[in-house]
Amino acid sequence: MSLRIHFWESYYELLKTLRQPAFVIPSLAFPVVFYALFAILLPGNWGGYQKATYLLATYGVFGVIGPALFGFGVGLAMEQQQGLLRLKRVSPMPISAYFFAKIVMSLVFALIIYSLLSFVGIVFGDVDIRLAEWLHLCAVLLIGVLPFCALGLWIGSMVGGQAAVAIVNLVYLPMAVLSGLWMPLFVFPEFMQKLAVVWPAWHLAQMSLGVVGQVQNVPMMMHTLVLLLMSALFLVLATLNLRRGS
Amino acid sequence: MASQALAALRGVTKRYGAITAVTRIDLEIRGGELLSLLGVNGAGKTTALSLLTGQLKADEGSVELFGGDPTLPSQRKRLGVMLQEAELPEKLKVRELVHQQAQYFDAPLAVDETLAISGLTELATRRFDQLSGGQKRRVQFAIALVGNPKLLLIDEPTTGLDVGARRQFWQVIRELKARGVSIVLTTHYLEEADALADRIVVIGKGRVLADGTPAAIKARVQGRRVGARTTLPIESVRAFAHAGEVTLSEGRVTLRSPRVEDVLRQWLAADPHLSDLTVEALSLEDAFLSLTQGAAP
Repeated sequence: MSLRIHFWESYYELLKTLRQPAFVIPSLAFPVVFYALFAILLPGNWGGYQKATYLLATYGVFGVIGPALFGFGVGLAMEQQQGLLRLKRVSPMPISAYFFAKIVMSLVFALIIYSLLSFVGIVFGDVDIRLAEWLHLCAVLLIGVLPFCALGLWIGSMVGGQAAVAIVNLVYLPMAVLSGLWMPLFVFPEFMQKLAVVWPAWHLAQMSLGVVGQVQNVPMMMHTLVLLLMSALFLVLATLNLRRGS
Repeated sequence: MASQALAALRGVTKRYGAITAVTRIDLEIRGGELLSLLGVNGAGKTTALSLLTGQLKADEGSVELFGGDPTLPSQRKRLGVMLQEAELPEKLKVRELVHQQAQYFDAPLAVDETLAISGLTELATRRFDQLSGGQKRRVQFAIALVGNPKLLLIDEPTTGLDVGARRQFWQVIRELKARGVSIVLTTHYLEEADALADRIVVIGKGRVLADGTPAAIKARVQGRRVGARTTLPIESVRAFAHAGEVTLSEGRVTLRSPRVEDVLRQWLAADPHLSDLTVEALSLEDAFLSLTQGAAP
């Protein structure tokens, strides 16, 4: 019964998202184009790092967090502004279905982006990855989407639609660069490398790099814990905002 | 009333910070009736509706929907709601939007039937962003209807519609009522309340000012309005038998009276210098204004 609602809500969330080229094209094209540029057209190594594999992990992170941030952040803000959220809240739909559908949408996009990156990296590049590692990275990236759903939710609960677009961009792109998703952190001054611990994307990137063997001895538990705590914080802040709004 | 209430506000107060939106309001919606909630903007209509639909919790008093708490989603399964402003996902098609909504209910109407009642059969494959304003209102109506509700709450249904579309909408509402659906309609168009409702509840400044049939509401301010320039002090005019509410504005004294001839006789006899006399019929608008202006602050 309720399963049916969750299924159809997710189906229509995906359908409406896929019909928005302004969302689909940047979400898919940005990570893949950048990855192709830096890892495939300019192959090779940075010291002990193998570029194509290293950047598969970090562009994987960059790719999967985009739809989560935009889907939740901009989606929620817009739908609240347009009154759609109110319409859902006066219906008998359990509110869980609304969030579930957005998570499903984020996961489906994450899977597509990771598949595209892998295809480009393995077929056209020299990505060195075993199947078990590939699956492990896939799992880390998909689960790693969730903290960014929570972050998006917080942003979306805070401001209106247009402001949410601006804030998500202001958070997403600098966070990606400063977490070493576009190019490794060692190209930055040391204090910026140290500052990276504040970004959830850096923690997810470290885990991803650990999984594919590009960074050794990654403290997985510590990063997991940090991401869990950050998610909890974002959720609490979002809940407070949403309560205040009603 | 012996009949079981479908929904009720009992002694409900709701505040937003320092502002009190509704004050100890009592409202009962009975089976099969078409109730119109009438009031100017900011009177508390939307707050009343938000309480009934479970979007707001009462600070005091109790809110009941089908004998339970409307803030529980499962309690809203026999409720249909059409909100004043709700943009649906613009990339989804009309049929998809109605089908999505239908999933929330245990015994929804068929999607095709809903589209037919709402006059959307021809637009079923049109995307929401390709519809005109009036067509969008019809989709919102279809969304409210598809759950096969026992009670339909409609917030300002015809605001922004042209006369033809408004009449069409009224026709659909009457058909639904004939099928046994109870309907609550908020509006600030008196004409709409008068044309459709069995019962009108007038709300002003967060209180119920009047509750009765359209005829009874109109009867509360039967009579005419008389105005003139007079040399009498306003207190003397107030002292006339049958003089209703007396006001002085720009040198003219105006009063309402159910027996205007009696008042005129007294006034003309008392003031030989009376000038600039007018006598006008009262409209439903006057009835409404006198009720809402008289509301205690």
